[in-house]
Amino acid sequence: MPVVVSTHSLSKKFRVGFWKTRTVTALDGLDLEIHRNEIFGYLGPNGAGKSTTLKLLMALIYPCSGHAEILGQPVTDVSNHRILGFLPENPYFYEYLTAEEFLTYYAGLFGFSSYEVRIRVDRFLRLTGIADARKLQLRKFSKGMIQRAGIAQALINDPEIVFLDEPMSGLDPIGRREVRNLILRLKAEGKTVFFSSHILNDIETLCDRVAILNRGRLVGAGLLKDLISKQVSHVEIIISGMGIDQLRQVLEPAVSVSQVGTTMKIEVDADTNLNPLVSAIECAKGKIISVNPVRQTMEDYFLKVIQGGTNNPPRHQ
Amino acid sequence: MKILLIAHNTFRECVRDKILYNLVLFGVLIIVSSLILGSITIGDVTQVIINLGLSTLTVFGTLIAIFIGIQLVYKEIDKKTLYSLLAKPVHRYEFLLGKFLGLILTLAVNIAVMVLGIFASIFYLRHSIHSSDIHILLAGILILDELMLVVAIAILFSSFSTPALSALFTFALYAIGHFNTDIRVYGSTSMSFLTKALSQFLYYLLPNFGNFDIISQTAHGGFIASEVYLYSLLYGLVYSACILLFSILVFQRKNFK
Repeated sequence: MPVVVSTHSLSKKFRVGFWKTRTVTALDGLDLEIHRNEIFGYLGPNGAGKSTTLKLLMALIYPCSGHAEILGQPVTDVSNHRILGFLPENPYFYEYLTAEEFLTYYAGLFGFSSYEVRIRVDRFLRLTGIADARKLQLRKFSKGMIQRAGIAQALINDPEIVFLDEPMSGLDPIGRREVRNLILRLKAEGKTVFFSSHILNDIETLCDRVAILNRGRLVGAGLLKDLISKQVSHVEIIISGMGIDQLRQVLEPAVSVSQVGTTMKIEVDADTNLNPLVSAIECAKGKIISVNPVRQTMEDYFLKVIQGGTNNPPRHQ
Repeated sequence: MKILLIAHNTFRECVRDKILYNLVLFGVLIIVSSLILGSITIGDVTQVIINLGLSTLTVFGTLIAIFIGIQLVYKEIDKKTLYSLLAKPVHRYEFLLGKFLGLILTLAVNIAVMVLGIFASIFYLRHSIHSSDIHILLAGILILDELMLVVAIAILFSSFSTPALSALFTFALYAIGHFNTDIRVYGSTSMSFLTKALSQFLYYLLPNFGNFDIISQTAHGGFIASEVYLYSLLYGLVYSACILLFSILVFQRKNFK
């Protein structure tokens, strides 16, 4: 798959404090590649540098070092924006405009004819479910409706690459499902979607590849299926016909045993040889109901790489 | 085209802004009250109406130029509406020029309405409009030119400062600009070379708002030499263009955190 977005040693530092003498590293040598027609999830705790990355890609801020490219062109090339869509985090739009006026204004910036503008505005008002509120000023919109208007403006030019910063923020469960379906539909239409989120379930459901950022550094990246299913974290064995004391007598003391209703649950490491354990249970007249290898979830992986990255050097210099 | 779209949206923003309505309403009230003042004035009533009308226009125009001008860019940055706008194929200079033109258009409409109000008042009292009254229109155009400079200054400050500081700086520069000639006169009387040089430097560097002051001349029916008028007009345009160019340079390098 061809690379459509790439960053090379991208770094950004901000001067802070009254005299602007201290610097904070928001992004530290980021190397990323996003391929055509993939849904790329960008994860990280608050302040990790996700929004900074998106602002750098949109040329809203400039890097201190390194560079970023979209379709081989530097991100500062505004003509690239014809094929981009961007939804900022917690968007806030012109509250004195109605939803229709707002989208008409933004569609006009792409140079579409007035007929084309009308068609597109109508289409995206419907697609995002705010067609009924088209004549309502944005100041009267709820947070979820603003988010929908934000998604509509990001898609108004039918972009090839869509950048969504926390697109599920402020949406109710129905809205979240709609946005999830919309993202999948964008992929089906051949578009590339880059979206940042805190919500691991959304990332797990939608993304082909993910990158995890912590304290401005990339701490993990790869195909989602590799990250969350390759490693079996432990094995769970469910047993019936034995009490917890009886079970502890036949097992080694290090093995974790717990009672779940009328059954017993044993958790052993993934690399444990199960044959002696199974034989011991069968000899003690226990009945093995199931043996389940438990794979790593996105949350497990996320926590592992984030906690592994907490020993990073301090960012204040 | 994009500049015009942004200007149109800025015009719409200004028109829907309550500050504008308050200021325009107050301005119209003062012009109307000049009719009452005129009726109790001894001598030429139209002089009072023109004087008061154009002065009102300048004062309220300046207030609109400063208070809306300082918020134009700052509000877009503060409320982050700029983020989605600049993600469209819009250059930063197009954004800034669009905002500038939008406010100028608002001020032009405002001035046109008030000048019409002055003409209506004169017609009400005199039952005729003389050809010499064209000076009122010319004065209105020069006032717009002056306000263009004020807006350019307000936009420059608001592109890197808070609204409160921008208002303070713009007011300060506006006030200093009215005494610009005095700075040179003061410098020329000084014996110190340094003071002379510094006053000359400040005279040419700072905007000279005295160039636009033709209200009393207009009110008294005095002719303004066309070369003086054109010089003032050109001065405002060139100075505004320079300030806008500088604003664009500042804005181009700005990081929107």
